[in-house]
Amino acid sequence: MNQQSVDAGWEVVIGLEIHAQLATRSKIFSSSPTAYGAAPNSQANLVDLGYPGVLPVLNREAVRMAVKFGLATGSTIARRSVFARKNYFYPDLPKGYQISQYELPIVAKGALDILLEDGSIKTIGITRAHLEEDAGKSTHEGLGAASGIDLNRAGTPLLEIVSEPDLRGAKEAVAYLKKIHTLVRYLEICDGNMQEGSFRCDANVSVRRFGAELGTRCEIKNVNSFRYVEKAINYEVVRQIDVLEGGGKIVQETRLYDSAKDETRPMRSKEEANDYRYFPDPDLLPVELAEDFIETVRATLPELPDEKADRFCSAYGLSRYDALVLTSGRDLADYYESVVRAAGGIPAAKLAANWVMGDFSGALNRDNLEVATARVSTDLLAGLLARIQDDTISGKIAKEVFESMWADGASADAVIEAKGLKQITDTGAIEAAIEAVMAANPGQLAEYRSGKDRLFGFFVGQTMKATAGKANPAQLNDLLKRMLAP
Amino acid sequence: MSLHTLSVAELSAGLARKDYSAVELTQHFLDRISLSNPVLNAYVTITAERALADARAADASRAAGTAGVLTGIPVAQKDIFCTDGIRTTCGSRMLDNFVAPYDSTVVERLSAAGTVLLGKTNMDEFAMGSSNETSWYGPVRNPWDHSKVPGGSSGGSAAVVAARLAPVATGTDTGGSIRQPAALVGISGIKPTYGRVSRYGMIAFASSLDQAGIMAPSAADCALFLQTIAGFDPRDSTSVERPVADYAAELTTPVKGLRIGIVKEFFERGLEGPTGALVNAVLEQYRALGAELVEVSCPSLPLSVPTYYVVAPAECSSNLSRFDGVRFGHRCENPRDLMDLYKRSRGEGFGAEVKRRIMTGTYVLSAGYYDAYYLKAQKVRSLITAEFKAAFTKVDLLIGPTSPTPAFDLGAKVDDPITMYLNDIYTIGANLAGLPAMSIPCGFDGHLPVGVQLIGPHFGESRLLSAAHAYQSVTDFHRRIPAAYV
Amino acid sequence: MSLTRPQVEGIAHLARLQITEAELPVYVDSLSKILSFVEQLSAVDTGSVEPMAHPLEGESQRLRADDATETDRREKYQANAPSVSGALYIVPRVIE
Repeated sequence: MNQQSVDAGWEVVIGLEIHAQLATRSKIFSSSPTAYGAAPNSQANLVDLGYPGVLPVLNREAVRMAVKFGLATGSTIARRSVFARKNYFYPDLPKGYQISQYELPIVAKGALDILLEDGSIKTIGITRAHLEEDAGKSTHEGLGAASGIDLNRAGTPLLEIVSEPDLRGAKEAVAYLKKIHTLVRYLEICDGNMQEGSFRCDANVSVRRFGAELGTRCEIKNVNSFRYVEKAINYEVVRQIDVLEGGGKIVQETRLYDSAKDETRPMRSKEEANDYRYFPDPDLLPVELAEDFIETVRATLPELPDEKADRFCSAYGLSRYDALVLTSGRDLADYYESVVRAAGGIPAAKLAANWVMGDFSGALNRDNLEVATARVSTDLLAGLLARIQDDTISGKIAKEVFESMWADGASADAVIEAKGLKQITDTGAIEAAIEAVMAANPGQLAEYRSGKDRLFGFFVGQTMKATAGKANPAQLNDLLKRMLAP
Repeated sequence: MSLHTLSVAELSAGLARKDYSAVELTQHFLDRISLSNPVLNAYVTITAERALADARAADASRAAGTAGVLTGIPVAQKDIFCTDGIRTTCGSRMLDNFVAPYDSTVVERLSAAGTVLLGKTNMDEFAMGSSNETSWYGPVRNPWDHSKVPGGSSGGSAAVVAARLAPVATGTDTGGSIRQPAALVGISGIKPTYGRVSRYGMIAFASSLDQAGIMAPSAADCALFLQTIAGFDPRDSTSVERPVADYAAELTTPVKGLRIGIVKEFFERGLEGPTGALVNAVLEQYRALGAELVEVSCPSLPLSVPTYYVVAPAECSSNLSRFDGVRFGHRCENPRDLMDLYKRSRGEGFGAEVKRRIMTGTYVLSAGYYDAYYLKAQKVRSLITAEFKAAFTKVDLLIGPTSPTPAFDLGAKVDDPITMYLNDIYTIGANLAGLPAMSIPCGFDGHLPVGVQLIGPHFGESRLLSAAHAYQSVTDFHRRIPAAYV
Repeated sequence: MSLTRPQVEGIAHLARLQITEAELPVYVDSLSKILSFVEQLSAVDTGSVEPMAHPLEGESQRLRADDATETDRREKYQANAPSVSGALYIVPRVIE
C-alpha cells in the first residue's frame, strides 16, 4: 500500500531515533548493576531512585562506547560535551528530570550506507548520538486502578542515535535500523535484544507532495521489532495521506503503535505539549575528551560490517548478498571464516557460505540458539564439508548428517559410519541398481525411450531410492543417461 | 563548670587531659539544649541517645589511645545533611517523616573523626530564606533578642552556636546562608570554595551554588572542623581533587603585608549607620595589624542579587522535582489520579517561599524565556566572576559587610520577597563566583551583633581563616555570649 | 514584567503545584515583582561573554570505573515510600 501512495504523488520522509542500551556492567551515573530481569527495584540504588542529596558520577565505559559508535560512523567526536536536564514529571522518572545531552552531544554529524532493494547504496546522515539515562518501567497487571513502578532500568545508559530525515519509506527505514543494529553489536556496545528493550526505535514520519516543504510529522513510539517498524510506518503513511487527501491537517503528536490491531493511535499521556526546560546539569561538569582517549578507543575498533562484507566479496568470491548475510552479525562472520579456514580455505568458501547461511543459520533460528551455543563447532562443520568435497556423501545426505550432528554434537565421520551413509561410488553397484529399476518399470522405460525425456527424473529418483540416497549423484546421472539410451 | 564557653581546642585538650569525659561534655550540652531549645526552636531533632552513644564510643576510643583532635567534641548538624536512620527534614513538611537511609559525606566524616551528634538544626525550608521563618517547624529565635530573627537559612545552626547549645554546627551556604546568620548572631562562619566540601548527602537547593561549611564562635574552631569535612569525594562530580591545606597550622600566619581589597561597591549603597562604622573600624584594625588596604572595584557586583534570583530558582525548580509523593516524602490523601497526586502532594508538602522559587525557576527556564532570563543571568554570572578574578590579581582578600542590617524583627520581611532577598546583597557574589568567604563578629549595633565579611580567591580558605584569627586575637567579639545563655 | 493569572496557573501546572484560589493572586503579585526585579539584567551589555554554568573553571567531568558494586537494599530504601506493593512503588494508574 505504501508503494501505491508513493505512486499517487506523495513522498514519505522518515527520521529514526534509536535508543541503544549500552552494554555496561553498571549504570550510567551509579554503581547499580544493569542486568535484565532482576526482582523489581532490587537494582535501584539511591542515585537511581533520585533520593535527596545523592549525585551522579559518569561511567567511563558509557563514554567510551559512545565514542566507539561515533568513530565507526565517521562522526565528529565532541572534545567537550555537556549533560543537560530534561524536566518532566512521570512516575518512572524518579528525579523529575532525565539527564541527557542537548546542545552539545558527544557525537554528531556521521553517516551510514545502506543497501537498497535495487542494489544501490544510499548514505543516511546521522545527525547526532548522545548519552542519556533510561527511565524505569510501569506495570499495570493485577493492580486495578493503580500502576506499579519498577526502577531497575532507571539509569541504564542509552545512546540515542538520531538520523537525518533521509529515509524515504518503511523499507529504507528498516534497512537503516538493521544496519545500526548490526553495527552496535559489532562494536559490542549493545546486545541488540529488542524483546528486552535493549534496542528500541521511535520513527518520525511525515509525507509531502514531491518537491514540497516538509510535512508535519508524527512520532511513533513503542515499536519493538523490525517487522513492526515496517508495519507501523506503512500504517502511518497511509493514515497521513488519507487525512491530507480528505482535506484535513496532520497534527504534530506522539503516537503509539499497537501491534495487535496493526494501527497507530495518539498517546494520551503526551497530549499536552511538553516544555522540557532543558538546562545544563549543574551536578555534572562538561565532559572533556583528550585526543589520546579518543585514539585509544579508535585502536579498539573491530573490522566494521561494511569493511568485512567488502573483504568477503573479494577474498572469498562471494556475492554481495551472501557477504551481507554472513556479516550481519560479527559472531556469524567469525564462524564462517573459521569454517572456511578449517575446510581448506578459498576452495571451500562458497560451499561453506551456503552451509552457514542455510542449514546452520536455519537450525539456529529454529532452536533459538546463538552461534556460541550451537553444538556444531566450526571444526565439525568443516569436517562435514570435507566429506561432501571428497564425495563421501552427497549434499542431500549431508543434510541428514548435519541434523544428527546438530542433535548430539557428533562428528560427520561418526554419523556417516554409524548410519552407513557413505556414498556409493562403485560403478558396478550403481549399474546393478539401475538395471533393477529398469526391469521393474518397463512401461516407463518404453515411454522414455520413445521420447518422453521428462521421465529421466523418475529414474533418478527410483535409483536413489534403491540405493537409500547414497549413490553419487553425478555418477548416477552419467550411468543413467548411458543405460537408458535406446 | 562552664564547658560551653570553651573553644574546640580547649575542649579537645580537656578531653585529652581527662578533665571530663565525652559523656559528661555531651550531657552538659544536652542539658542546656533541653532547657533552652523550647524557646529558641533551634533544634528540629535532638538525638540524645545517639549523642550519648557517640560519646561513649569517643571515651572508649580515648581509652584505647585512638582518639583524634575532634574525638568526643559535640556537633550540631543542619537538618539538610542526610543522617542514616535519623529523620532529615530540610525544614519542610515534605520531609517531615523522611528517615535518610544513608549518611552525607559531611556527617560521615565528622562521625569518623569521633564527633558526637547532638541533633539536627532548624532551617529555612530547603534552605530558601534569610530569616529561618520559612521552616515548617516554625521560626528560630535570635539568642540575643528573642523578638529578632537569627538570619537564614542556617538559622538553627547559628542560634545553637550563639546560645552555646553546641560548640560547633554545620551549615550550608547558597547565597549567604552561613555568613548572614553568623553575622546576625555574632559568631564565625565559613563558606569554603565551591567544590572544597562534598555535596553528597546534602539536600540540594541550587547545585552550582550550594556549599557546606562550619559555624562556630571562632575562626580557630572553624579551622579544626573544616579540616575534617574538606576534601575530595568521588561521589560528588563537582568535588575538587586537590589537597587540603593544614588550616590549624597555617592559622597563625601573620597579617603583616596582607593586601586587603576594599570592595568599592560594598560601601556605596545603604551602608550608612552603625554597620558601616563597625566595618570601617575593622579596616582600621587590619591596618594596625600591618595589612595593606587597597580599594578595588567590581562594577557588576550590584547585579549579583538579580542574577542569583534567576540562577538559584532555576536550579531549585529542577532539584525539587524529585519530591513527587512516589518514593519518599509527603503524599496527599486519596489522590484522584496521577496529576492530583503530584499537584496536591507538592502543593501541601512545600511552603509558600519554596513554591514561589520553584515557579520562578520554572518560568525562567521555560520555552521563550530561557535566553532572556537564564542564559542572560549565566552571562552576568561570568562578568561578576571575571571581576572578582581581576580583583584577586591585586589583592589577597576582599573585605566588606556581611549583612546590610543587624537582626530584624520576626515577621518584618516575610511578606515582601524582594526586601528579604536584598539581605543577601553582600554575600551572593561569593556564591556566584564559587569563592570562599567568611563572616566574623566585629561589634554591636545596640545589643545586636554585626559581622564583617572576608572573601578569598578559590581555595584561599587558609588565608581567610588566618586573617580572621589575627583579628580575633586582638578582639573579643567572638567570645561574647548573650546574657541569657552565659 | 507583570504576569497574568492564567500565566501563573500555567507555571504552577508545569511545576505540578496545586495553588488555591486564595493563593493565586498572591503569587501573581510576588512573581511579577520578582520578574520585574530580575529584569534589570536585560540592560546589561553581555556582548560576547560566555554563559557560566559552573563556578569550577577549567575542571572537567571525572569518569567512574564501570564497576557494579551496589547490593540490593530495596527494603531499606522503600521504608520511606508512601505506597509499596510487591516491591513496586504504587501510584494512581499511569495512562499511556
